[in-house]
Amino acid sequence: MKGPNKTARGLALGLGYFFLYAPIASLMVFSFNDSPLVTSWSGFSLRWYGSLFNDDALLRAAWLSFKIAALTATAAVIIGTWAGYVLVRMGRFRGFTLYVGMLSAPLVIPEVVLGISLLLMFVELRGTLGWPAENGTFTIWVGHVTLCMAFVAVVIQARIRDLDRSLEEAALDLGATPLTVFFRITLPLIAPALVSAWLLAFTLSLDDVVLASFLSGPGSTTLPMEVFSRVRLGLKPEVNALATLFILAVGLCVILANRLQLRKEPESR
Amino acid sequence: MSDSRYAAQHSADPHEFVRVSDLVKIYGDVVAVRSVNLAVKRNEIFALLGSSGCGKSTLLRMLAGFEEATSGQIMLDGEDITAVPPYRRPVNMMFQSYALFPHMTVEANVAFGLKQEGVDRAEIHDRVFEALNLVQMAGYSRRKPHQLSGGQQQRVALARSLVKRPKLLLLDEPMSALDKQIRQKTQIELVKILEQVGVTCMLVTHDQEEAMTMAHRLAVMTEGQIVQCGTPQDVYAFPNSRFVAGFIGSTNLLTGTIVVDEPDHVAIECAELTRPLYVSHGVSEPLGMEVHVSIRPERLVVSRSQPQGDYNWAHGMVSHMAWMGSYALYQVRLDSGKVVEASVPSLLLAQIDAPGIDEEIFVSWDADSATVLAS
Amino acid sequence: MKLPAPRDWLPSSRTLAVVPPFLWLALFLLVPFLLVLKISFAELQFGIPPYTALAEFKDEAIQFSLHLRGYILLFTDSLYLATYLNSLKMAAVTTVWCALIGYPIAYYIARSSPSIRNVLLLAVILPFWTSLLLRVYAWVGILRNDGLLNKLLMGLGIISSPLEIYRTDLAVYIGLVYAYLPFFILPLYANLVKMDLRLLEAAYDLGARPWQAFWRITVPLSRPGVIAGAMLVFIPTVGEYVIPEMLGGADTLMMGRVMWNEFFNNADWPMASAVTCVMVLLLLVPLALFQYNQVRQQEAMQRGQA
Repeated sequence: MKGPNKTARGLALGLGYFFLYAPIASLMVFSFNDSPLVTSWSGFSLRWYGSLFNDDALLRAAWLSFKIAALTATAAVIIGTWAGYVLVRMGRFRGFTLYVGMLSAPLVIPEVVLGISLLLMFVELRGTLGWPAENGTFTIWVGHVTLCMAFVAVVIQARIRDLDRSLEEAALDLGATPLTVFFRITLPLIAPALVSAWLLAFTLSLDDVVLASFLSGPGSTTLPMEVFSRVRLGLKPEVNALATLFILAVGLCVILANRLQLRKEPESR
Repeated sequence: MSDSRYAAQHSADPHEFVRVSDLVKIYGDVVAVRSVNLAVKRNEIFALLGSSGCGKSTLLRMLAGFEEATSGQIMLDGEDITAVPPYRRPVNMMFQSYALFPHMTVEANVAFGLKQEGVDRAEIHDRVFEALNLVQMAGYSRRKPHQLSGGQQQRVALARSLVKRPKLLLLDEPMSALDKQIRQKTQIELVKILEQVGVTCMLVTHDQEEAMTMAHRLAVMTEGQIVQCGTPQDVYAFPNSRFVAGFIGSTNLLTGTIVVDEPDHVAIECAELTRPLYVSHGVSEPLGMEVHVSIRPERLVVSRSQPQGDYNWAHGMVSHMAWMGSYALYQVRLDSGKVVEASVPSLLLAQIDAPGIDEEIFVSWDADSATVLAS
Repeated sequence: MKLPAPRDWLPSSRTLAVVPPFLWLALFLLVPFLLVLKISFAELQFGIPPYTALAEFKDEAIQFSLHLRGYILLFTDSLYLATYLNSLKMAAVTTVWCALIGYPIAYYIARSSPSIRNVLLLAVILPFWTSLLLRVYAWVGILRNDGLLNKLLMGLGIISSPLEIYRTDLAVYIGLVYAYLPFFILPLYANLVKMDLRLLEAAYDLGARPWQAFWRITVPLSRPGVIAGAMLVFIPTVGEYVIPEMLGGADTLMMGRVMWNEFFNNADWPMASAVTCVMVLLLLVPLALFQYNQVRQQEAMQRGQA
């Protein structure tokens, strides 16, 4: 059977990918620009990478962001998987619709709304209980987990729905309690989905500006907050350097993950 | 039951190992299982036969514990297991898709059930290999399920469900995933293993040949109810209804009125036959009542010459003949217009001067070949 | 004699299995929102917290005070209505453009041979995983008056003075489409790649031309994918803050910015709360639609599998 028109295909894909990558390419190219005026090329230089590594504020923010992202991803995967599993396997219990609604809310509601509500709650808690003493890592973590668990739940629900139910039933039949079935059969079989959910939550947390801005406190500036505040004032070449490193790192991980997945493909299912 | 030769279906059998009483399953508006009563003897292989949607799988799942009964009771070896969850029942199931755990080796798969019981390592190893040897898969213990063929996976699934020495083994369409060619061989092998182990077994299938080959007794199920229960021979020879007669094997169905009603014989006038039907046993229906009669194709004898006697034969034309290898299937249009099927073994064909298409033919049958059906 | 074993499916153990994630959501989603609701009925005051209490015990009576200033302002000041409508409009336009650009890309990737498909898909996923913030920042550098686009166009002699795109609605549109394009492509691709090509073969066999087959068969079958992608673009875009803030002008009105400004710039918490409440309620309609679509898709898939 003949495939689609070659020229149309070439044109569509070519333009599409050009659109997607031209900005990314421009970021990377101008990170090597000698001039502090980002868009005027004056020569090749690595100075901005140098100043990046001397930039304490940025490095501290980066470290904080990675820490929060890792903690968020782990917690989100645990709670999100739990919630997703309950929704798929526990049938229609009382409050099911409310449960589903609350789990979908973070996906639909703007982050600003989530940020405002959580901040107001922490302020109120501080007023009545005296805890949390100040906003910081913990409060940001709470906001991120609440947001990310919804995404995790979506990924995990889809994967569990695809899972052959008879495998879990066979385990029950052989004498395993439902808890054992979950940990010995279900979890190992959805392991790749758990990994992608973790990475998704990690990325969402690492990239978040809005929630972090609402929920951070003195001394807890995250990387996106730092970058955002700088670029509001204009173009900054260190940010280009940061962006280049980031893109390369992500690109490497994506390609690696893809290779791993391709190798495992014939075995799985 | 109209056929007085047939003994009562439900006897209070002291060897009853599994007893299902008035089991009902309702999903919302749909009644999947309607008040089913069953008894399975110890070490018996029992088959539930029915087409898809008849409720047999639901019944099996209730026995396994995956579906909660709406009402009714299941007794196993004197114990009421109706409310017992599947992981506490001494029942094991072999799934239609085998459901082997893909992330575990063959050995780990078979050992899984024993691990849940808390059996110690050494004993697990021994029992696992005992089971694998039984199914001749001991050499594959390190392989993963995706590295095995369909037949090999089936054997591992069987070993896994037998290793716990369950009181009741359930088989869900055991042959459905296999090619037709190897099905028969596998059926016989499976029965040998089950009889060797001596386990009580219930299997569910839509394939009547499978049920007839493998089971000691079977039950025919439709629309959530059991319509007949008995040994394969009994159910085949003495179906109690048109449904069962047509479901198991093929048959010729005739309708007529009882004109002679004696304790030891009955004569039936059929519009479809020019001569009356003579049946050499009594029936419970009264004189003058309209009944249905079933005659299996292999019981019809074909010949070019008119048979002797006034009963149990008819004249017609051969409308179609299909050569099936070991037998020939004749389609005969009788004078009345009714079409019947007769199957003639090839050996016999060679001896008689077999009629061909569009030739005249006579069909006849014995006095005990016809069965009067209850419904 | 054997004692009956205790049942594992007692209500308490089942509740134990279901409740904990529910608790987190109730605590960090439901309670905060109820709090916002309460504060929206409060009045601005100096001090900590910067709003009045809902109930006060005064003169041996509990007095409830519901201040409606925020809500009144919301419904009388046309700014808020205009902002909401503008947010919807921008989200809708963004969705349409994502569909126009994204559909051909998803289609041609789905129809490529498996090995090429993998590479192409990777190339779409990479931007998806890369920080949104940084990618939008790239557009600042491109769209500014002294940015790359203007430099290129002026260098080629196509224009003589810079195009003022930065800090306008157009820049926001470009940023939004750019950011959310992968969100449209991926679910649509997932749908297209599962399409049975034999349906097209049957159409050609019956005399249809490629263009007809595309419109009469491929497009209708891809509807669920298009809807999924559209929702994934439209819903988050309505509440976007970062992109309008970085690329838009002072008059680019979007809900996210308005709520942020009320909170941070004006420190008017009751007002911000009122806006938030109305915003949430207005979003409950799309949320309900989203859920309804999800459930319907889920059931259709299950029926298809049965």
